[in-house]
Amino acid sequence: MIDAPTLLLLASTVRFATPLALAAMGELVAERAGVLNVGIEGMMLAGALAAYEVGAATGSVTLACAAAVAAACALALVFAAFALGRRADPIVSGTALNILALGATGSLFRWLHPAGESLSRAPQMAALAGANGFTLIAGCLVVAVALFLGRTRPGLSLRAVGERAEAADAQGISVGRVRLAATLFGGACAGLAGASLVLWLSDVFVEAMTSGRGFIALSLVLFGGYRPARIVGGAVLFGAASALQFRLQAAGSALPYTLLLMTPYVLTLAVLALFAGRSRAPADLARPFRARD
Amino acid sequence: MSRLRALAGPAAAALIAAALAGAWLAALGADPVAALRALAEGAFGDSLALENTLVRAGPLLLVGLGVALCFRCGIWNIGGEGQLLAGALAATALVTRGFGPDAGLGVLVLALLAGAAAGAAWAALAALLRVQRGVSEVLSTILLNFIAALLVAWAVHGPLQEASGAYPQSDAFPEAARLALLPGLTRVHAGLLIAAALPFALWVVLFRTAAGLRLRAVGLSPDAARYAGVSPERETVRVLVISGALAGLAGGLEVAGVTGRLFENLATGYGFTAIAVALLARLHPLGVIPSAVVFAGLATGSGAMQRAAGVPSVAVQVIEALVIFLSVGFALPRRDT
Repeated sequence: MIDAPTLLLLASTVRFATPLALAAMGELVAERAGVLNVGIEGMMLAGALAAYEVGAATGSVTLACAAAVAAACALALVFAAFALGRRADPIVSGTALNILALGATGSLFRWLHPAGESLSRAPQMAALAGANGFTLIAGCLVVAVALFLGRTRPGLSLRAVGERAEAADAQGISVGRVRLAATLFGGACAGLAGASLVLWLSDVFVEAMTSGRGFIALSLVLFGGYRPARIVGGAVLFGAASALQFRLQAAGSALPYTLLLMTPYVLTLAVLALFAGRSRAPADLARPFRARD
Repeated sequence: MSRLRALAGPAAAALIAAALAGAWLAALGADPVAALRALAEGAFGDSLALENTLVRAGPLLLVGLGVALCFRCGIWNIGGEGQLLAGALAATALVTRGFGPDAGLGVLVLALLAGAAAGAAWAALAALLRVQRGVSEVLSTILLNFIAALLVAWAVHGPLQEASGAYPQSDAFPEAARLALLPGLTRVHAGLLIAAALPFALWVVLFRTAAGLRLRAVGLSPDAARYAGVSPERETVRVLVISGALAGLAGGLEVAGVTGRLFENLATGYGFTAIAVALLARLHPLGVIPSAVVFAGLATGSGAMQRAAGVPSVAVQVIEALVIFLSVGFALPRRDT
């Protein structure tokens, strides 16, 4: 029999793992199409703010999620305009996107809610069959992405674009269009992940509240060797580490909380050090493509 | 002519960014002209504003210089903030715990060296992870930023906390172990001279020495460089260590020259701003100087803008991001591989 504290720890693990899994699935699809999107942290942040504002104003979780997806996709379009359209360096473009999101969400939030104003709470995602709605969405997403990439023709085309853009182009696949679609999908997933922070993990927006989750999701894609099931495994590992760390804090551990808060970052570095070298990235990842006229 | 054209790109980027920023400010409900004027006056309007801007430019210049070197070598060091904090932490530990109240000039010099060494070591972690284990430096340097910020938080709540225990901050540096103010000035300290001299030194290294040529060769084409007998791995370690040392030195100068002690959020956003600084400078060591002054002005002016026009100061980050986008989208040469 599982005792109550263990059960709580498991629930808490799922809570922390879900946003990571959501964001990582989006990044996985983008990277398999050859788009390295280091801007998912910013897209998550935009999703979180949009979810909070719309959720608190309307009380509707569905509308809040839709707004989060729309906001994150808008940022994904900006990223695509530079990284794909102008063939600018994707890492610099993604970093600029993160800074943009940090500044834009921060100033919008402070402008909408002047200091001292009491913040209304965002509605919370409902649970269904014992799991939170976001966990169900993430579960379906993982299965869908795995089937799409591994078992369908469009999924094969998408992988071809990521591995050999030239060859895919010669096959009549529109490299630009596939990459744009994959980027937008990645944005939508990041937006949902951001929404889950506001509609589940907490109920307000806080500046820079993503606190590196986007980068951890990026690392999970590498760590999981670009395979959906392993990426989920990584997300659960991180969820467990976060849950355990907060449990230790609550239990009044002898370790200072600042060192406990370091756990997810140190763990990410450690798993990257152990596994990053082994996973093979899509051959044309982050390589700009120019179609022949 | 080519020099003029080289300047046209960044200038156009800055102008377009200013126009877009005006639109953003208008969208936030502020009068964009009044807001931008308050920003400019807060940054350069009088001698105190100017001094504040120059003091702020120091660390941006050093971290931006390191970023420029790394980007030229094709290394995406996003960890300037963590490297700066590592330097500040080491310098503070040495002065307040290693020597205490009777620390003098010799200790100050040691502290600055320790800061540079700690920054270099922090960056070397990312370099080793990349060279030995194939970990992308984009991820490792960002993760190391979070870890460094938490280390500083731990230190000022724990081993380095001031003797009175009143606030989460270190003891103040003794007067003799602080950087002197420049004669006749109220804010600008001697460290700024060090910061302003280093771009010239690195310009010489980058463009007039074999070491600089190797570094640039790796940035242009790692494969070609390897074929010519240059090891991209060694250059990766080298350039990350140098840029970490520059950022660590900036951290040491900041605690010894400006704040006089260590606390949390000492350098929030400096690492990101430094990327904008390097890109607006088109990754040129000397271009980093004016570029750092521009972004320092944005930072110091943003407070005035907030007071005068009610625009949240974080709106400035939007301007930084716009400059980066415009630099990479239109001003920097594109890769066509």
